[in-house]
Amino acid sequence: MLTTLDKLEKGMQGKVVSVTGEIKIKRRLFDMGITPGAGIVLRKVAPLGDPIEITLRGYELSLRKSEAASVTVEV
Amino acid sequence: MIIALAGNPNCGKTTLFNALTGSTAHVGNWPGVTVDKREGTYKKRGLKIQIVDLPGIYSLSPYTPEEVVSRNYIIKERPDLVVNVVDATNLERNLYLTTQLLELDVPVVIALNMGDVLKKEGKSLDDAKLSKLFKVPVVKISALKKEGLEELMCTVSESAASAREGFSVIEKGALENLFKDAKTLYKDKGADNVAFRAVKAIEQDVEEVKTNSDVTAKIKEKLNDGEDYEAVVADLRYTFITEKTKGVVGGKQKAVKLSASDRIDRVLTHRIWGIPIFLFIMFAVFHLTFSEDFLYLGAMGAIPESANPTGWNNIFGNGAINAPGTILFNLMDLATGKLGDLVAGAMPEGTWYTSMVCDGLLGGVFSVLSFIPQILVLFLFLSILEDSGYMARVAFIMDRAFRRFGLSGKSFLPLLMCFGCAVPGIMATRTIESERERRLTIMITPFFSCGAKLPIWACIGSVLFAGQYKDLIVYGVYVLGIAVAVLSALVLKKLVIKGETSAFIMELPEYRRPQFSNTMIHLWQKLKHYLFRAATVIAGATVVIWFLTSFSFSFSFVEDQGESILGVISKAFQWLFVPLGFAMGEDGWKFVVAAFSGLIAKEMVVSVLGMFAGMSNDVLDLDESTLLSTGFGSLVVGMAGGVPAAMAFMAFNLLSVPCMAAVGAASGELSKKKYLFGAIAYWMLTAYIVSALIFWIGRYWWISIILAGIVTVAVAAKLIYDKYGKKRVKTVKDINKE
Repeated sequence: MLTTLDKLEKGMQGKVVSVTGEIKIKRRLFDMGITPGAGIVLRKVAPLGDPIEITLRGYELSLRKSEAASVTVEV
Repeated sequence: MIIALAGNPNCGKTTLFNALTGSTAHVGNWPGVTVDKREGTYKKRGLKIQIVDLPGIYSLSPYTPEEVVSRNYIIKERPDLVVNVVDATNLERNLYLTTQLLELDVPVVIALNMGDVLKKEGKSLDDAKLSKLFKVPVVKISALKKEGLEELMCTVSESAASAREGFSVIEKGALENLFKDAKTLYKDKGADNVAFRAVKAIEQDVEEVKTNSDVTAKIKEKLNDGEDYEAVVADLRYTFITEKTKGVVGGKQKAVKLSASDRIDRVLTHRIWGIPIFLFIMFAVFHLTFSEDFLYLGAMGAIPESANPTGWNNIFGNGAINAPGTILFNLMDLATGKLGDLVAGAMPEGTWYTSMVCDGLLGGVFSVLSFIPQILVLFLFLSILEDSGYMARVAFIMDRAFRRFGLSGKSFLPLLMCFGCAVPGIMATRTIESERERRLTIMITPFFSCGAKLPIWACIGSVLFAGQYKDLIVYGVYVLGIAVAVLSALVLKKLVIKGETSAFIMELPEYRRPQFSNTMIHLWQKLKHYLFRAATVIAGATVVIWFLTSFSFSFSFVEDQGESILGVISKAFQWLFVPLGFAMGEDGWKFVVAAFSGLIAKEMVVSVLGMFAGMSNDVLDLDESTLLSTGFGSLVVGMAGGVPAAMAFMAFNLLSVPCMAAVGAASGELSKKKYLFGAIAYWMLTAYIVSALIFWIGRYWWISIILAGIVTVAVAAKLIYDKYGKKRVKTVKDINKE
C-alpha cells in the first residue's frame, strides 16, 4: 500500500518510493538518505504531536510532518 | 602545509580537531556569514601542519551557508589535503559526503573514526576494502582515545605531495553519457575540479550556474524536462555505497535489544514526561547558576539568618545558601571591587584621570567581568547538555510550540537564557542554523527581563503605592516583556523577516558521555571571546560614557550630571519623551538621563536616579522598605506624570536597547550591519510605542476603548477583505479563464 511518511504510526515500517516538494527541502531529504528504496521505521512522535522521529540507514532522524508528507512510502 | 577537516556533524570531527591542535585553536567567523571558522596547528615528530576545521556538513549542496563555505574553501583556498572524518558506526550516510568530496581534485585521506565502538559490539571493520573502493588512503583512528592520530598525520604528510584527480561514482550508470559530455565541456574550457563541476552542471546547481553559466546552459539543453536530476544523483550515490561497501562492517546485524542510548531516549522524549523533564532540567540549570537560595534551604528555614551579616554571608548567602554560580559571581564581584579600591587608593584623589580610571574604565569593565563566572557556569551546563546529545532532543520536543511564532525548537534555550543575561543568550543563537530564525530570535531577546534590569523593577516597585504591590509590579514587567516578545515574533515574521519557515530535518545523535577536555576547550574559547569583548568594545564604550557624563560641553569636569554632555543632550531630547510621561515636569530630564544611561548598561538606571536624588550611598545597598523615605522615593513618587509615567519608564527600560554588551554580542552574531541597525531601531521604536500606550491608557483609561475600537475595525476589515475581496479577485480570474 502506498502512503506518505507523516501518516505512518509508531513502530510501522516502510520503503521510500518517491520524494516531492520544494527543491531545497527535497535536496535536504535526499542528502539525509531518504532516497527511493531506503527502509524507514517510524520511531516516535514528539510530545506535542509533531515532529516525528524515524530510523533509516542505521541512524535517527527527526523531521516535521509537513516535510514527511512529501515522502511517499510503500508499507 | 594546510589541511582541512571535513565530515558530518557528530562524526567526532571536533574531538579530532581538539586532539590534534590542543590549545592552539582559535575561533572566528567566515567572512560575511556567522559560521564558525576554527584553525589550529599540529606540531609533532617534526611535522608542522596547519589545520582548518570546516563546519560539519552532510553534503556539498548549495543550500546552506555551511556547505557553501566548505566547498568554496576547498575550491578557492586550495588546501593541500582534505581529511574526511567518517563515523564507522554510521557508515552509509557518512560516505555520502565522501563520494562528493572525492569529486574534487584535492588529495583526500579518510579518517575512519569510532572503529573501537564497532569492535565492542563484536563487529569488524575492513578499512583495506574501503581504501581500494575509493582509491584513497584510509586510516583507522579513535579521536576520543587519541589512537591512530600520529599514523593519520604521517599518511597526511605523505599523501599531500601527490596530486589526485577527482572521480565520481556517477561515471557509471544512468548518467554515464551526460557526465562524460559535461566533463569534456569543462576540460575544453580548462576548468579545475572537472568531475565535481560536471556533476553540479547535471544537477543545475545554483552556485555552479552562477560561475560557469555557459557550460551549465549547454548541459541544460541535454537534460530531459521534468526529470529530477538531483534525485537521480543522490540515488546513484547511495546505491553505490550500499552495494559496494557490503562487508566493510562485518559481524552480526545490530542486536534487537535496546541500546543504552535508546533506553535514555525513551524517558527523555516520553510523550507525557518529556516536557516536564525538560522544564525541570532547565530550571535546575538556572537554579544552579543564578539562585540565591540554593535547594530552597533558606525558604525551608534550614539556615538561620545572621543579624550581623559578615563578608562571608555576602558571598555564600545569608539565611540561605547561594547557588554555585552566585557564589562565584560574588567572589568575582568582591575581587574586582577590592582591586578597584586598590587602584583608587593608589591614585590621587579628585582628579579627572582618577575618575576616568576608577568610575569610568574599571567600573564598566569590572561590572562586565563580574558576570563572567555566571556566564561560564551557564555555558558549562549548556555545553554538557549539547555534547550529551540532549539539546537536539530539546529542539525535537519544543519545535511544535515555537513554530507558530516563526521560530524553531532551537530558539527556546537562547531566549530562556536572556532572563539571566542577554549577552550569553544572543551568543547562544549561534546554534540556530537558519539565518532568518537567528535574526528573529535576536530581535526579541531584549524583551526578556534580564538580571541587570531586576533592580529597576524592585526599587520602583518598592516605592510605588507605598510598596504594596511590589511583587505584582515585578511580575507584571516580566509578563509584559514576554507578551511584547510574542507579538513581535508574530509581527516580524509577517512583515520584516519574511520567507519560508526553514525545514526542521535534523539528526538525533546517540547520547554520549560529554568529554571533559572538549567541554573545557569550549569554555575557554567562550571566555577568550568574552574577555576580548570586555577589553575592547566595552572598555571603549565605558570611557566614552564616563566622558559624556563627567564633562560639560566646555570640557570642564562637572559634579552634577545634569550639566554634563549626556545631561545636556538628554535635556535637549526631553521633549521627545514627554509623550511617554516620565519626561514631564521639572525633574523629567533626570529620568531621561537615567533611561539614556540605561542604553549603555541597565545597572546604571537606578544608580543615576539615586545620584540625582542626592543620595550618598548606593540605592541598591539600601533596604527596600526604607527606600520610600529617601530622596529616591520622593523622586519617583513625585513624578509629574504620576504612576502611569513610572510604569512607562519601566516599560521603556525593559524594551529598549538592553546594554552595549548585548549590542556588541548582536553585532557578532548578525551577519550584516544593516540587520544590527534594524534591530536597534526596532528595539527603540517598540520601547517608545509600548511606553506611550501604557502612559496614555494609564492616564485616560477611555483611550483603551478607542484603541479597542480601532483594532476591532481593522480586524473586521481584514476578515471582510479575506471573505469578499479575495473572492472578487478570483471571479475576475475565473471570467478571464472562461
